[in-house]
Amino acid sequence: MTETHAHQPADTIWQEKVSLLDQIPRAVQLAFVAMVFIGFWQLLTMSDLVPPIILPTPLETLNDMIFVGRNILTGDYMAVSLWTTVRTVLYGYALAIAIGLTLGIVVGETSFGERAIMPYLVAIDTMPKVAFAPLFVAWLGFDIDSKVALAAFIATFPIVVGTAAGLHAPDANARMLFKTMGATRWQTLVKMKIPTGLPQIFTGLKIGSVGVMAGAITGEFLGGGNGFGELIRVAASQLNTPRVFSLILYLSFIGLALFAATAWAQRVLIFWHKERAMGE
Amino acid sequence: MAALARKVEPIRGSSDAETVYELTGVGKTYARNRVRALEGISLSLQRGSFSSVIGSSGCGKSTLLKIMSGLTPPSAGRVTINGQPVMGPRRDIGMMFQHATLFPWRTTLENVLLPIEIRDGKAAARKARDRGADLLKLVGLEGFENVYPNELSGGMAQRAAICRMLVTEPDMILLDEPFSALDEISRDFMNMELQRICTETNATAFLVTHSIAEAVILSDHVYVMAPRPGRIAEVIEIDLPRPRTLDMITTPRFGALVERIRTRLDQGDF
Repeated sequence: MTETHAHQPADTIWQEKVSLLDQIPRAVQLAFVAMVFIGFWQLLTMSDLVPPIILPTPLETLNDMIFVGRNILTGDYMAVSLWTTVRTVLYGYALAIAIGLTLGIVVGETSFGERAIMPYLVAIDTMPKVAFAPLFVAWLGFDIDSKVALAAFIATFPIVVGTAAGLHAPDANARMLFKTMGATRWQTLVKMKIPTGLPQIFTGLKIGSVGVMAGAITGEFLGGGNGFGELIRVAASQLNTPRVFSLILYLSFIGLALFAATAWAQRVLIFWHKERAMGE
Repeated sequence: MAALARKVEPIRGSSDAETVYELTGVGKTYARNRVRALEGISLSLQRGSFSSVIGSSGCGKSTLLKIMSGLTPPSAGRVTINGQPVMGPRRDIGMMFQHATLFPWRTTLENVLLPIEIRDGKAAARKARDRGADLLKLVGLEGFENVYPNELSGGMAQRAAICRMLVTEPDMILLDEPFSALDEISRDFMNMELQRICTETNATAFLVTHSIAEAVILSDHVYVMAPRPGRIAEVIEIDLPRPRTLDMITTPRFGALVERIRTRLDQGDF
């Protein structure tokens, strides 16, 4: 073939260069990073730099995770603890969403809210909110109420800010269009501003989902009870570091699940956004 | 199509045309900085006519359109549609902007029916589905009823916006540089489409534009505006025959009209 068409220039088909690292499937990439991390951890424990009582080996941690996992699955005391923490987190998140969305709408929709309420919210937000934990314990007791309050307290602010920002997202054209259609304020809010602002609202919800975990555990550290925070505190006081590590890893599963559920709700509700958010 | 048929007999250019829309001595002064944006604007628009307003940026075109649509109150004068005062946004006034502003969570048809949903509720919007589909057919978007706007091109989105404007069967349509965000080829095409749609629905249209050629090819009357304060410097009647075609752009008559408007715009007071 090539000889009969000797005078015809060859087709210029060529491949775009993709770096070798980017060609690897994502699952392999993720596993690779995990292995590097665990390998480094293993080397660190094998060296004499860190005493074993401070840093357990990966294997010790894994063994303890299996022990904790068994304890949870058999419905032993750790299952009760886990349920306490999960309830705290869920109640706290629900409360934060309810208050955050309401306040966010007040702040984002009314000029009174923006001028008179927002400055106070910003002022409170700049305070170290964890410092309120003893107050919540004093007001609400050692039961999960005080932890729920702290968790919600921390998670509310990003949701308020996200919601308020979301309501400011629609452009002048959309506002003018709704005005010419004679839309009421409520219709404009429900049919235009909230759907347009959903991406910002969900950014707030995702940040809130992280904050709610921090708040719940801090509350359990400082306010006792029988949650995972309390288990970690006890394990740490006994220098049982493998237990601390494995409990933290289990906690991170709760956090991941909450974040993933929020991200999933975002994908379902904002079905018209095709691009994926960072970190998914 | 039954709903549209009511307006279909073309009476454009007939001598006994009735006045649909009227402005008498309309002025607008912004109280804050006492800028006179508009002064002494009087015009009357006949049913089925197409008028354009042209002028440099900042001559008060947008303010004029906002007053005409009932988005802003005038500070002097009277605005009426079919003899009734315009005291706010009305369903018999349709409006279209530079950007289509379709909402991505609604299908094309749901976007078109939005004005009905807002004014009469969801049940009324459901009942109007056939009318919405007919309108989409009219603008050549048949088969796109259930497509989401992110799959439409810029020109298609603007056509859907035309349907949304027409779905309440307005007596007056106000167009604020509707195709200026499109490329020139789509723009010429859309202008011809607009002419066809206006003729078929016998709409009374008022267009704000920067483009002299666009104003001439579409209009029966071109209002040339002068700034500071915004006022109508001259009304030019466009006597090109209907229907207009893009070929007319190269005719001497078209050139003469464009030249006349350009000269008027170039005069010292700008």
